[in-house]
Amino acid sequence: MTAPLLEVRDLVVEFPTRRGVLRALDRVSFDIAPGEVLGVVGESGAGKSMTGAAIIGLLERPGRIAGGTIALGGTRIDNLSARAMRAIRGRRIGAIFQDPLTTLNPLLTVGRQLAETMRTHLAIDAAEARRRAVGWLEAVGIPAAAERIDAYPHQFSGGMRQRVVIALALCAEPELVVADEPTTALDVSIQAQVIALLRRLTREKGTSVMLITHDMGVIAETADRVAVMYAGRIAEIGPVRAVVKAAAHPYTAGLMASIPPLSHRVDRLPQIEGAMPRLNAIPTGCAYNPRCPHAFDRCTAERPELIDAPGSRAACWLFDTHAPRARADA
Amino acid sequence: MSAFVLSRVLQSLPVMLAVAFIAFALFTFVGDPIANMLGQEFTPQQRDALVAALGLDQPVPVQFLRFVGNALQGEFGLSYRLSRPVADLIAERAPATLELALCASVLALAVGIPLGVLTGLRPRSVLSRALMALSLVGVSLPTFLIGSLLILVFAVWLGWLPSFGRGDTVALGGWTTGFLTASGWRALVLPSVTLGLFQLTLIMRLVRSEMLEVLRSDYVKFARARGLRERTINFGHALRNTLVPVITIVGLQIGSIIAFSIVTETVFQWPGMGLLFIQSVSAADIPVMAAYLLLISAVFVTINLVVDLLYYAVDPRLRAGRGH
Amino acid sequence: MGVLARAWDSDLAWSFRRSPVALLSALVALVCVVGAAGASLLAPYNPFDLASLNLMDAFQPPAFMEEGTAEHLLGTDDQGRDVLSAIMYGARVSLLVGVSATAFAVLLGVLVGLVAGYAGGVVDAALMRVADVQLTFPNILIALLVDGVARAALPRELHDEIAVYVVIFAIGISDWPRFARTVRGSTLVERGKEYVMAARVIGIAPARIALTHVLPNVLGPLLVLGTLNLGLAVISEATLSFLGVGVPLTQPSLGTLIRIGNDFLFSGEWWITVFPGVALVAMVLSVNLLGDWLRDALNPRLR
Repeated sequence: MTAPLLEVRDLVVEFPTRRGVLRALDRVSFDIAPGEVLGVVGESGAGKSMTGAAIIGLLERPGRIAGGTIALGGTRIDNLSARAMRAIRGRRIGAIFQDPLTTLNPLLTVGRQLAETMRTHLAIDAAEARRRAVGWLEAVGIPAAAERIDAYPHQFSGGMRQRVVIALALCAEPELVVADEPTTALDVSIQAQVIALLRRLTREKGTSVMLITHDMGVIAETADRVAVMYAGRIAEIGPVRAVVKAAAHPYTAGLMASIPPLSHRVDRLPQIEGAMPRLNAIPTGCAYNPRCPHAFDRCTAERPELIDAPGSRAACWLFDTHAPRARADA
Repeated sequence: MSAFVLSRVLQSLPVMLAVAFIAFALFTFVGDPIANMLGQEFTPQQRDALVAALGLDQPVPVQFLRFVGNALQGEFGLSYRLSRPVADLIAERAPATLELALCASVLALAVGIPLGVLTGLRPRSVLSRALMALSLVGVSLPTFLIGSLLILVFAVWLGWLPSFGRGDTVALGGWTTGFLTASGWRALVLPSVTLGLFQLTLIMRLVRSEMLEVLRSDYVKFARARGLRERTINFGHALRNTLVPVITIVGLQIGSIIAFSIVTETVFQWPGMGLLFIQSVSAADIPVMAAYLLLISAVFVTINLVVDLLYYAVDPRLRAGRGH
Repeated sequence: MGVLARAWDSDLAWSFRRSPVALLSALVALVCVVGAAGASLLAPYNPFDLASLNLMDAFQPPAFMEEGTAEHLLGTDDQGRDVLSAIMYGARVSLLVGVSATAFAVLLGVLVGLVAGYAGGVVDAALMRVADVQLTFPNILIALLVDGVARAALPRELHDEIAVYVVIFAIGISDWPRFARTVRGSTLVERGKEYVMAARVIGIAPARIALTHVLPNVLGPLLVLGTLNLGLAVISEATLSFLGVGVPLTQPSLGTLIRIGNDFLFSGEWWITVFPGVALVAMVLSVNLLGDWLRDALNPRLR
C-alpha cells in the first residue's frame, strides 16, 4: 500500500455564533491515495464544501479548524502560517469552484490569469508562461487557443469557461485538486464533457481529485471511492461500486433508493422521512437515528465510528459484530 | 465604438432640451422682466419698445427657439441686479470657481483613494477604525461649518491663512489665475480643503466598501486558491476591479463639487460663479439663475458622457457588446 | 406585552443592545429631539420674545470662561439672546424642516416608485428617466433653484409667510428620486413573484396588492434610507439657511444661527457660531450613526 497523499484525521470545524458554537464538521477522517478520485457526496449543508475549504485553508470567517489534523504527503498543513499555506495552494493543491462566471476575473484576459498563476509557482519567464498557457488551453479543448488566449472570460460559453478554470487549477501541476461542484452550474449536456475532461487530465498527470458534489450520477461515473457525508460527519466511505450497488449505511441506502431507476417504472419514489438536522440541533448518538428505520437503543446513546461493513466502512452500529445489539423488538 | 458615442450624445440631447425649456420658462414667465429691467417708472412706449426688442410679443415656441439660439451663442441677456451682460459676469467668475474645483478634486482623489484602499485592505486595524469614525463625522459636517471652523482656527486664532478672497491673481488672456502667486496659493488652501473634505470622505468610504465587496468575491477566492501573492491579489485584481465602479461615482462627484462650491464661495467670499448664483437667488435675478442652470447642466451632461466613455474604455465586458 | 418581549428579543434589538455606538447615538438623538421639541418648556429663556431682551447682556461669553455667568450657560449673542435657548428653538426648526422634508420625499418617492414598478413599460421608463436626470444634479442645487423660483414668483410678503413650507418642499423635491428608485426596484421584484400573480388573477385591485404586499417588503431599506436622508435633509436646510435663502429670520434654524455668528468670528465671540454648530453636528451625526447601524443590522449578508 502506497502512502496516502492526503490524510485527514478527526477534523473539527467550528463556527462561533451568537447562539453558541456550531460544529460544521465533527471529527471527519479519510485518506486520498495518489492518483485516486475520491467523491464526497451529501445533501446541502452536510459539510462537503466546508471540508474542501478546510483542506485548502480558505475557511470563511468566523469558521475555524478547532481540532484534528490535515496532512499532505506526510506533512501537516492545517497549522501552517499564511505564507506557507499560500505556497501550497495552487502548487500542491489546486481548486475548482462551482460558478465559472464569477470565478474568473472579468477584467483580465484568460491568458493573463493563466500566466500569473504559473509564474507565481514556477520559475519561468513571461514568454514561456504564455506558451504554456496556450498549451493548457489546447489541453482543455479550447479551439483556436492561440487567439483565445487574449480573450476575456465573458467571451466564452459556460462550458468553455469551466474548462479554463480546470486549466487554471492544473497549470501549476498540483498533486491534489479539490473540485467543489464543478459541473453543477453547467448545462446537463456539457456536464459529461467537462467531467470527462477532468478525469482524463488528472489521470494523465497522476493528480488526485477530491470531487465534491451532490450528484450521485457524477460520482458513479468518475470516482474511485466515495465518502457520504451527513450532518458534518462521514456516514459511509468505500469503493464506488460497493457503495452504489450495495450501500451499507441506512442513509446511503435511502439515497440510492430515491434515485429513479432506468430499468423499470416505480409508482412512488421512496423518500427518507424527515430532514437533515440543523447544526444547532444534531441528535445525540448517531446523527441519523431519528430518521433511520433500523435504529435501536445504542444509536441514540453513542455516536458510531467508521466500522468495517461488507464492501465499505460505515458509521453505523448495525455492523458492530463485537457488541451484541439489544433490539427494541426482538 | 463610435456608435456608442453617438447614441450617448443623442441620449443627452433631450435632457439638455428639457433643461433649456425650464430655464426658458423661468426667464419668460417668472417675475416681470420688463419691470425688472426698466425699474419703477416707465412709459408705455418704453415698455413696447423693450417688448419688441426682447421679442416678448412673439408666440412662445418662437421665443423658445430664440432663447436657445441666443444661449448657443453665449447670449443670456442682462442681469437684473447688475445690469451687465450675464455672459460677461459668468466669464469673469468662471476661472475662480474652476481653479477651486480643480484643487478640491485633486485633494479629494489624491487623499481619498489611498485612504480608501488602506481601510479596505485592513478593515479591522486601529487606523482604519479611527479613519472610519472620522469620516462619519466628515459626512455629518455641513460644508459651511467646516469652512467656518477652519477660518476660526487658521485665520482668526493662528493667523496663518487668509479667510476671504483669492489673493493676488495674474491675468492670462481672458483667464485670471491664482496659481502663479504665493498669496494665490495661500488663499486656495482653506477653501479647497473645505470644498474637498466632503468628497474626500465620500470617496474614501466608497473605495473601502467597494474593496471589501471585491475582496469577498469568487474570483478573489479563486485567486487565493491558486496561491497568488497577496500583493498581486490586492493590486492586480482587487484594486483594478474596485476602481471601475469608483470611476463613475467620482466623475459624478465632480458635479457635486461644482454645486458645493456655492457654499464654499459664500463662506470665503470667493469671487466665483457660485457666489454670483447665490447673490442672484437672493435678489431673484432670473437671467443669471437661468444661465447658471443651463451652464451647469451642460457641464453635468458632459461629465456624464465622459464618465460613460471612460467606463466603456475600462470594462471589456462593455466593449465586446453583450456577453454570452 | 408578548409583542414587546418578542421585539426585545429579536435580532434587531439584540444587535442594538450589543452596539455601544447605536446606544450612544440613540441617546444623543433622543436628547436633541426632547430638547428641540420641548424648547418652549425647557429653554431657560425665550430668545425671540423681543420684550425680554436686554442689550446690556449682549456678547456674554459661555459660563466656563472668565467673564461668563451661570445665567447664560453658553453665552449670549449680539442682541443679548441666550445662545442655549436659541439653540433649542433653532433645533426645533431644523428638526421640523428635516423631518417634514424627508417625509415628503418618502411619500412622493414611494408613490412614484410603486406606480413605476407596478405599471412597467412606458410609464416606468418615463418616470425613471426623470428620476435619473434629477439624480445627476446635486440636491443642493435643485433645492436652491426651487427656492429661488418661489422667491421670484411669489410676492415678497406671501413668500416670507410660507417660507418654511417652501423650504420643506424644495428639499423634499430634491430628495425623492432615491426613494423612488428603491421602491421601484422592490416593486419589480415582488411583482414577479407568484403570490402577486395569483392575487392579480383573482382580481384584487393593483393598489391593494401594492399596499399590502409590496410595501411591507420595502420597509427595511426604506427605513435605512429615510434615516440617512434625515441627516442630509437637516444639513440641506442648514445650508440653505446659512446662505440666506432658507427659513425666514423670524424662525431661525441652527443654520441661521451659525450664519449670524459667522460675522463675529473675527471679533472673538466664537461661541455664537460654534455651539449651534456643535448642536447641528451632534444631531446629524447621531442620526447618521443610527442609520449606519440600522443598515448593517438589516443587511442579511452580514448576519
